[in-house]
Amino acid sequence: MDVVINGERKQISAGVTLLELLKQLELDPRAVVVEHNRRIVRRAGLTDVTVSDGDAIELVHFVGGG
Amino acid sequence: MTTAVETIQDTPLVIGGRTFQSRLLVGTGKYPDMDTMVRAIEASGAEVVTVAVRRVNLDRTKDSSVLHYLDPKHFFLLANTAGCYTAADAMRYARLAREAGFNDFVKLEVIGDEETLLPDVQGLLEAARVLVQEGFKVLAYTNEDLVTALKLEDAGCAAVMPLASPIGSGLGLLNPLSIRTIKRRLHVPVIVDAGVGTASDACVTMEQGVDGILMNTAIAAAQDPVAMAHAMRLATTAGRAAYLAGRMPRRDVALPSSPTKGMLD
Repeated sequence: MDVVINGERKQISAGVTLLELLKQLELDPRAVVVEHNRRIVRRAGLTDVTVSDGDAIELVHFVGGG
Repeated sequence: MTTAVETIQDTPLVIGGRTFQSRLLVGTGKYPDMDTMVRAIEASGAEVVTVAVRRVNLDRTKDSSVLHYLDPKHFFLLANTAGCYTAADAMRYARLAREAGFNDFVKLEVIGDEETLLPDVQGLLEAARVLVQEGFKVLAYTNEDLVTALKLEDAGCAAVMPLASPIGSGLGLLNPLSIRTIKRRLHVPVIVDAGVGTASDACVTMEQGVDGILMNTAIAAAQDPVAMAHAMRLATTAGRAAYLAGRMPRRDVALPSSPTKGMLD
C-alpha cells in the first residue's frame, strides 16, 4: 500500500504499526516525533496505531536552528 | 571564565521557573560543521541552545540530528518555530517539539514577511495565547514594539524576545530606547533576540538592562566561530556588569578629569 512519509510517497507492507514502520526505516523511536494524519502519536502509542493506505506520516527531529 | 574581582552580585536569570547562570543564549544553525558548533557553544558558556524542528532525512538519519552532537543533559534545548508563517503552523511545530520530551519551553516565532523576517504580531499573539493555555512556557520572538510586548506578557508568555535588528542581519541594536522601554515596563524577562553582529552589539544590548541575549549567526558566521563565541561571552558579561554598575550621566560639554586648582602661574 501507499503512504506519504515526510512528503514522499512510499510503498510499505499492509498492516504495520507505526513502531514497525520506524524500525523498517531504521529510525530510533526515541529520536523522532511521529505525526500520523496530523495527529501526534506519543511514543507509548506507536504500537497501537496501524498504518492504512493513503496515510500521511511526518517524522521530525531537532536540527540546528536559531 | 570568571573575572578576578566581582564587585556587584548579580541574580541568576530565571525563565519560566528555570534558573540559568548564563545570560547568553545561542543558536545551533548555520555552522560550517558540527565540531565547530560544539566548540563554539562550549566557548560561549551558554546553557540554553535553540534548535529547530524539521523532517528526518530518510536517507541519512544518523548524522542530521543536532542531538548527536549536543548532550541534552548538559544543555537546555529551546525548540523554535522558525520558518512558520501562521499561528497554526507555529502551534503544530511547538507541539511536535514538546513531544520530543525535553521540556515545555518554546521559542515562538510567527514570521510575517519573507524579506525582513519580521514577526506577524497578530499571529504571534494568537499562537501565544493558545500555547500558554496548553501549558507551554512561551518565549515570544517579537519586534521592539512596547504594546505588543505588553500583550505578550498579558497572554502569559514566560519571556518576551524583542529583536535588536532583523534576523541574521548583524546590524546590531537599532533601537535602544524601545528595548529599554520594554524592559522597564515588563515584569517577565526580556531577552533580546536576533540582529547582533559582533561583540560590541552584545555589550551595548546588555547595557540596556535586558535580562539576556540570544544570537546565532553572529557566532556561526564569524570567520572563527569559536573565538567569536568567546568574545560574545565576555561582551555579554561586560555589558551586564556595566548595566549593574550604572553608567555616568551623558554631558554635552567637557568636564576635566584632573584638578583645575594647583596649576602653575
